[in-house]
Amino acid sequence: MLAGIALTLVSLWYGKNHGLMPIEASNDAALVDGLFDSMMTVSMGIFLLVEGVLVICLIKFRRKPGDETDGPAIEGNIPLEIVWTAIPAVIVLVIGVYSFDIYNQMGGFDPEAAGDPGVVQVAMMPGNGATQMIETPVKHRGHNHMALGIGASPGNADHPADLTVDVLGMQYAWIFTYPVSGVTAGELHVPVNKDIRVNLEAKDVIHAFWLPEFRLKQDVIPGQGAELRFVPTRVGEYPIICAELCGPYHGGMNSRLYVQTQEDYDLWLQSQVASQADGSQTVAAADETPDAHLLAAYAEQVGIDAQDLDQLHAHHSQVHSL
Amino acid sequence: MTQVKNASVAAVPVHETERKWWHFFTFSTDHKVIGIQYIVTSFIFYLIGGSLATAIRTELATPAPDFVTPEVYNSLLTLHGTVMIFLWIVPAGAGLANYLIPLMIGARDMAFPKLNAVAFWMIPPAGLMLVLSFFLEAPQSGWTSYPPLSLMTGKVGEGIWIFSLLISGTSSILGAINFFVTILKMRVPSMGIHQMPLFCWAMLSTSGLILIGTPVLAGALILLAFDLLAGTAFFNPTGGGDPVVYQHMFWFYSHPAVYIMVLPLFGAISDILPVHARKPIFGYKAIAYSSIAISFLGLIVWAHHMFTSGTPAWLRMFFMITTMVIAVPTGIKVFGWLATIWGGKISLNSAMVFAMGFIAVFVIGGISGVMLAAVPFDIHVHDTYFVVAHLHYVLFGGSVFGIYAAIYHWFPKMTGRMMNEPLGIIHFVLTFIGMNLTFLPMHQLGLLGMNRRIAFYDPRFTSLNQLVTLGSYILAVSTFPFLFNAVWSWLKGKPAADNPWRALTLEWQTSSPPMIENFEVLPVLTTGPYDYGMTHKSTEAGSEPGTPVLSGSPSA
Repeated sequence: MLAGIALTLVSLWYGKNHGLMPIEASNDAALVDGLFDSMMTVSMGIFLLVEGVLVICLIKFRRKPGDETDGPAIEGNIPLEIVWTAIPAVIVLVIGVYSFDIYNQMGGFDPEAAGDPGVVQVAMMPGNGATQMIETPVKHRGHNHMALGIGASPGNADHPADLTVDVLGMQYAWIFTYPVSGVTAGELHVPVNKDIRVNLEAKDVIHAFWLPEFRLKQDVIPGQGAELRFVPTRVGEYPIICAELCGPYHGGMNSRLYVQTQEDYDLWLQSQVASQADGSQTVAAADETPDAHLLAAYAEQVGIDAQDLDQLHAHHSQVHSL
Repeated sequence: MTQVKNASVAAVPVHETERKWWHFFTFSTDHKVIGIQYIVTSFIFYLIGGSLATAIRTELATPAPDFVTPEVYNSLLTLHGTVMIFLWIVPAGAGLANYLIPLMIGARDMAFPKLNAVAFWMIPPAGLMLVLSFFLEAPQSGWTSYPPLSLMTGKVGEGIWIFSLLISGTSSILGAINFFVTILKMRVPSMGIHQMPLFCWAMLSTSGLILIGTPVLAGALILLAFDLLAGTAFFNPTGGGDPVVYQHMFWFYSHPAVYIMVLPLFGAISDILPVHARKPIFGYKAIAYSSIAISFLGLIVWAHHMFTSGTPAWLRMFFMITTMVIAVPTGIKVFGWLATIWGGKISLNSAMVFAMGFIAVFVIGGISGVMLAAVPFDIHVHDTYFVVAHLHYVLFGGSVFGIYAAIYHWFPKMTGRMMNEPLGIIHFVLTFIGMNLTFLPMHQLGLLGMNRRIAFYDPRFTSLNQLVTLGSYILAVSTFPFLFNAVWSWLKGKPAADNPWRALTLEWQTSSPPMIENFEVLPVLTTGPYDYGMTHKSTEAGSEPGTPVLSGSPSA
């Protein structure tokens, strides 16, 4: 009994104090972490129970030297077996319902993103500044019904996102286009506490768009659109990571996410609009970019010319000094 | 050796009257030879796969790609995964099953001995092809080989990879047919289905999974080969194909493959624990039928590998629930095992410490498995080191610990010699420490944001990765005491008695190693497989062939 209480207390404490998750920087992150903490509490209890029984057996139930007799002939105990079948069943049922609810709160059932065949989604593209590249996924979604990801949380589902950014994944870079202002950037800037939607599209192979601090991830499959919708809640700089093996330099396919105050975000957007009006273009590629000749080979594949590549290198050495 | 149709036939004609060492290098149809051939061959591939893993960890000791190029790194991880799954754990399980099933059920051989030999002899060419591809143009798209990447990089190696898997998959199917028929049809007449050792139940479930799952993988691989070699577009989006269909077909086999790899060892553990704890297995029927339940549920959980892929919400929710439900039959087994050893008289020999170590580490993999089933959490950790940690706790902590326990337990039967106990314990301690040091920190790496399959990583993860690399070196070193022990004991070890563990299952009621036709006279059950502590006069089956004394089934 005492052991049971101690086990429960340790589990409860550990569930709150495991310190394993990175910073929570979006509304989804808080939801996922709540689920994770609960699962860690239950897990710790089961873990301690099993390992405890093993250790007790190891110490207490050792065969004495010279004792050749058998142990008690207990072949089972139906009530006990029912208990240890029912308890895990109830636990997984509760975790299942809890996960279902969290998934709903995150926006997993937003018909925009849940792949519900009853909804036509073409009407959702805000603005007319979308380039050819961006229109492709929309077209696909119309007949494919497999535009997937995490949509708006139930409270935001009835109105369009405050800001939409189109994201193109290619070996080995993410390119972010702001359809309204026409800005193209190698890193993602978003204002804090706004409802953000990213439309994801892959150019060559499957990539996965992962924001660890936002607890969000979605594979980006060539020819199939996907989306993520989230509300950043904390100003800061966070990694954007490709999580699906996409080639040898997969490990370098990272970018940065800047969550800024509305003022800082507006300043950044204006500077981008101004600089791109000058005719210069910014494209950022992988962190720790491989050598130039290697990149040139890929640049050819993705249709970036030598001039862009030079700019990219200049940009890169300036921004990422790892 | 001929097929035994009638168990009352005492003697069957045999080609060989005495076992010679060179029989192990021939197309032998003796299930015992084939079993050992499987186990030794797969262990050689384990050493190759382990060397690849050590190279991977050496690369990851530093954040920069300095030990191998990123291209080579991707080949290493592809071959490591493929070799460990298709050439080590799956064939090692098949090896144990080949050796043990006929002996456990009192048969003289498998149902189809020639098919059995054919199945084994497909493994070496498949494996050699795969390993040699490393020196041509190795496959680089991971053991999952998702298109379109797999159609773009390392194409020569990719082709070899596909054909190698098709061959080893065929071998696996042929083996499964054999196990299925042998278990159902060739038990001695006195052995009802509820007197079978639990290893046979586990193999029955495993065979079902292989027979249903593997053909679907073959279909996926053949279509992928068309895309690769003939330029079709089944899965290639540039021609209108759908990569997600490949993922469904691939995981329809490859998730059950996890159970194909771990169920045989669940069975082995269920047989090892009662012997060394001197207690009956706790809840025989519950453990037996939970294998069947796992096998059935294992077929309807595959899309949990695709929660972030092109899957709609309802599908994510469905597979979340089915995946979580698998924890219930698995829990029945774990609690049954714990109750089996509770209050027993445990001999802490090498087989038993590995069996108990199996429970200790497998439970971690089981728990993280339920966590991963929760879609909102999986979205964060999918394709991260958290998943790498989870799968190694299941497949290393589960399967490999189980295989070691099985080898220590049945080595005296297979070779007629005992293994060295102190070396076995050293092996266990090194493996246990190395395993946890290698894979435990990976959970945290994944949660913090380290994705998998990368040759270079963010320097903030350096210290945890160095800990992991240190652990992997301990794991590598831990293999040496075992190798030395196995080779030395086989040649010079202390001769083993017929039944050194005083076990009750039939394989221990014949000589060590068993004679070529397994039993002098086909045995008659006088006791259930786990009737420890019950008052039976004789545990020696076959001594009184005329009196079929059946014990009550050890039901719960």
